[in-house]
Amino acid sequence: MVDQTNSSVAMAADYATPTAVKPDLRTRLQNLIPKLVLSPSLALMLVFVYGFIVFSVYLSFTGSRILPSYEWVGLENYEKLFRLRHWSIAITNLGVFASLYIAICIAIGLSLAIFLDQKIRGEGFLRPIFLYPMALSFIVTGTAWKWFLDPGIGLEHTMHLWGWESFQFDWIKNRDFAIYTVVIAAVWQTSGFVMAMFLAGLRGIDNEILKAAQIDGASNWNMYRRIIIPQLRPAFLSAFVILSHLAIKSYDLVVALTGGGPGRATEVPATFMYSYTFTRNQMGIGASSAVIMLMTVAAIMVPYLYAELREKK
Amino acid sequence: MSVASTENAISTGRITRAFIYLMLILFATFYLLPFGIMLINSVKPLSEINGGNMMALPQVFTLEPWFKAWNSAQIGVEPTGLQPYFWNSLKMVFPAVAISTVLGALNGYVLTKWRFKGDTILFGLMLFACFIPFQIVLIPMARVLGFLGIAGSTPGLVLVHVVYGLGFTTLYFRNYYQVFPTELIRAAQIDGAGFFRIFWRIMLPSSGPIIVVSVIWQFTNIWNDFLFGASFADLDSQPMTVALNNLVSSSTGVKEYNVHFAGAILAALPTLLVYIVAGRYFVRGLMAGSVKG
Amino acid sequence: MHKLLVKTTSALALLAATAGTSVAADVEVLHWWTSGGEAAALNVLKDDLESQGIGWADMPVAGGGGESAMTVLRARVTAGNAPTAVQMLGFDIQDWAKEGALANLNEVAAKEGWDDVVPAALQRFAKFDGKWISAPVNVHSTNWVWANKAVLDKNGIAMPTTWEEFTAALDKLKAAGVTPLAHGGQPWQDATLFDAVVMSTGGPDFYKAAFIDLDEEALGSDTMKEAFDRMGVLRANVDKNFSGRDWNLATAMVINGDAGFQMMGDWAKGEFLGAGKKPGEDFLCFRFPGTQNQVTFNADQFAMFDQGGEVSAEQAALASAIMSPNFQSAFNVVKGSVPARTDVSDEAFDACGQKGMKDLAAAASSGNLYGSMAHGHAAPASVKNAIYDVVTAHFNGEYDSASAVEELVDAVSIAK
Repeated sequence: MVDQTNSSVAMAADYATPTAVKPDLRTRLQNLIPKLVLSPSLALMLVFVYGFIVFSVYLSFTGSRILPSYEWVGLENYEKLFRLRHWSIAITNLGVFASLYIAICIAIGLSLAIFLDQKIRGEGFLRPIFLYPMALSFIVTGTAWKWFLDPGIGLEHTMHLWGWESFQFDWIKNRDFAIYTVVIAAVWQTSGFVMAMFLAGLRGIDNEILKAAQIDGASNWNMYRRIIIPQLRPAFLSAFVILSHLAIKSYDLVVALTGGGPGRATEVPATFMYSYTFTRNQMGIGASSAVIMLMTVAAIMVPYLYAELREKK
Repeated sequence: MSVASTENAISTGRITRAFIYLMLILFATFYLLPFGIMLINSVKPLSEINGGNMMALPQVFTLEPWFKAWNSAQIGVEPTGLQPYFWNSLKMVFPAVAISTVLGALNGYVLTKWRFKGDTILFGLMLFACFIPFQIVLIPMARVLGFLGIAGSTPGLVLVHVVYGLGFTTLYFRNYYQVFPTELIRAAQIDGAGFFRIFWRIMLPSSGPIIVVSVIWQFTNIWNDFLFGASFADLDSQPMTVALNNLVSSSTGVKEYNVHFAGAILAALPTLLVYIVAGRYFVRGLMAGSVKG
Repeated sequence: MHKLLVKTTSALALLAATAGTSVAADVEVLHWWTSGGEAAALNVLKDDLESQGIGWADMPVAGGGGESAMTVLRARVTAGNAPTAVQMLGFDIQDWAKEGALANLNEVAAKEGWDDVVPAALQRFAKFDGKWISAPVNVHSTNWVWANKAVLDKNGIAMPTTWEEFTAALDKLKAAGVTPLAHGGQPWQDATLFDAVVMSTGGPDFYKAAFIDLDEEALGSDTMKEAFDRMGVLRANVDKNFSGRDWNLATAMVINGDAGFQMMGDWAKGEFLGAGKKPGEDFLCFRFPGTQNQVTFNADQFAMFDQGGEVSAEQAALASAIMSPNFQSAFNVVKGSVPARTDVSDEAFDACGQKGMKDLAAAASSGNLYGSMAHGHAAPASVKNAIYDVVTAHFNGEYDSASAVEELVDAVSIAK
């Protein structure tokens, strides 16, 4: 790190100061400060993120069980991992969950933001209601959700008590539908947050353009489709990054809601990794699943980050 | 960041407006429902919950579960309630939020206003770090904390939360500062202002909205964290979420749902407060930078 | 390798100790007993130690029957900050002993004669390499059936003693519109059923071959298929909302007369007693039909973590307090389990408790005491969970019995 910092001082001078004259000591010092300021964060990242990733990759090639061990077993963990039906269930579930969750959150978030943007009375009252679920963890709301979704005591039961006898809502008990209840609860938690991001984007749009378009006789629908929504591109991207990050990390949610059940029907990679590493004492397999997950994340995020960051230069 | 107008130029018809209000109210109900269930059932006696209707209003109103959850419920062998853990959480959350926000602000400042070769790659690396699944860092993290001698302590937890919050705070501040006019910085530089002076006098005073965003984000995440709190805390540093979990998922024993719900709401109060108080600055903060990119 | 690990761990522990705030002569106890009754029982232990001048630093981590606590333990040991004593189950104790992390309790064990009073089946977990490494607190037996007496009487059902009588009883209840079997669809509960069914279908030798020796032939046998078929019968007798239900809510169904039977360990008794029900009058407890002579058990123990070679005075005092007959009686009366030592008086126990103690002593002496697979006392955690996967998938209709047997063999071979 230090070497790199020193050697790039000259180049940094080009960036930071408009003068191309050979800088004196004070300027050189000035130019070093930004890197010094950045370096603690970078050092933390290198050790605690990338160092740990390397460690996990290493573990995935060892026969670690209850604690890390350094007995090399080659690809055995990966072979076992892909023999496990459990793992393919987890991967499929993440695919279903993430795509539905991201799509629905963006749809609801965008609609609510557009609705709220129509000079709504009581906006100041509604906004915190839409936002508050993001403040709560599933450690807190899990029990309530479980109750609500349980046909025996929750919504179905209540509807029956209120006289709607044929009402049926037992998804959480059905292994083909349980993953959708996870989607519902996850959407509940974050769609308000996404709404806030879109609302912020909408409020940032220049009204003059809209007024001009209105004078040209554009319909509301067309204004949104042609002018407003395309301008929300940055909000879409931020929402996508934050939502996919939450989808991949979803752990509390699944544990609190279904515990991975019925059967193993709602297992996702995060719960899989946790259970193999910590409750099944098969740390090697747990580490190999973590590596596969990280590779998947990298395959999605790296091109995205690359495109995003390049464009801005 | 000034905004031209907070209202848009679109006008809508009556029927459309009725539809909009209807939808908004429906969604508000959806969002309020789980919390409502918790609230209603936290003021019922246990007998009314077992075998009753969860959505029915209480026949006998009691605040007993609330008091019990706060100061007399059994957490382990001590009937302390959630109270001591509440303070543990506070002791952890304030330094962690402050440090990660300050570091994020400085990073954002460097990455946008003091650019150097390779800075984009470094930023990319920090961003990617947001995506690391926390489960895989537990074991190596434990070893590092032990090595540093801060395992099982509040400073240890603060370190962990700072490390894994940095990516986000850096992202927020970088995006915010990116649209900040660089000419101002150059002018100040020509006037002889140094790195920190510019940060202190020019950047920080106009960072209000994004600080709110960063604080809300970090506060919520750190307060709600369970995994790190459970793994890296000792008796005198265990946060509220761990205590709540102990209360709620007691293994083989009688479940007092009303106390559980009361405790859950108590555990959620600080984050709720932050959202309600700072909520309107939140949208403003997002508006001012982080979604503009 | 282990030695190296222990060395680094204890070096780190020293480091941590210098920075830490721990006061001398305190015991820090990691456990997952957080509910009122359990904590009350632990308080007996705490008071005992405090009277000897030893402070009790409580470190509860509830959830998943100790799963969360074990994760915490791993982080603590890795950080060189191991607790003094840790509540543990079955194979976890042995696994930690293999890592060389546990302290040797032989001195106090020899002085108090633990070898003579603790059943051999328990010693298998409490001793490693000839050394005592943990102090057993209780024995839970898991092959109990709990029944609502009024519901049974009303439908003219006598206490069933064979599988056929049991299924006949289930049919009768179903016809009468009562949920025959109260059950919570969580993997460990499904496996608790499976334990009893396998024991009853194949007998103790088969149980041992399949779950303890992990014999592929037994796992893949027709008897195993028959056991899965019987699981299918049980599945047909639970209500439609069973999945994900907590065990105590299932118990409540029996208490309220909404269901006839529940198959659950002896901790369910606490729920009945808590609801003011009397054993023998309001509810019945009996061994799962076909396992009258067997006891499948799990035992909570406290393992002492090595704090630098020697067992500390506090650890010895804690171990000795745990093993004292008074504590064993006081604790287990509250907890619903039975004492881990066989020489404790049954005076303070109720009818179910006394029967449990008698059964345990009889099973221990006749070689019919077996570790419960579902509760981690037959096979290590990896295998246990692999069996869970198959049992719970079958119970939820993902496999038929034939493919469940195949999957079982495969899953166990991956996990071994």
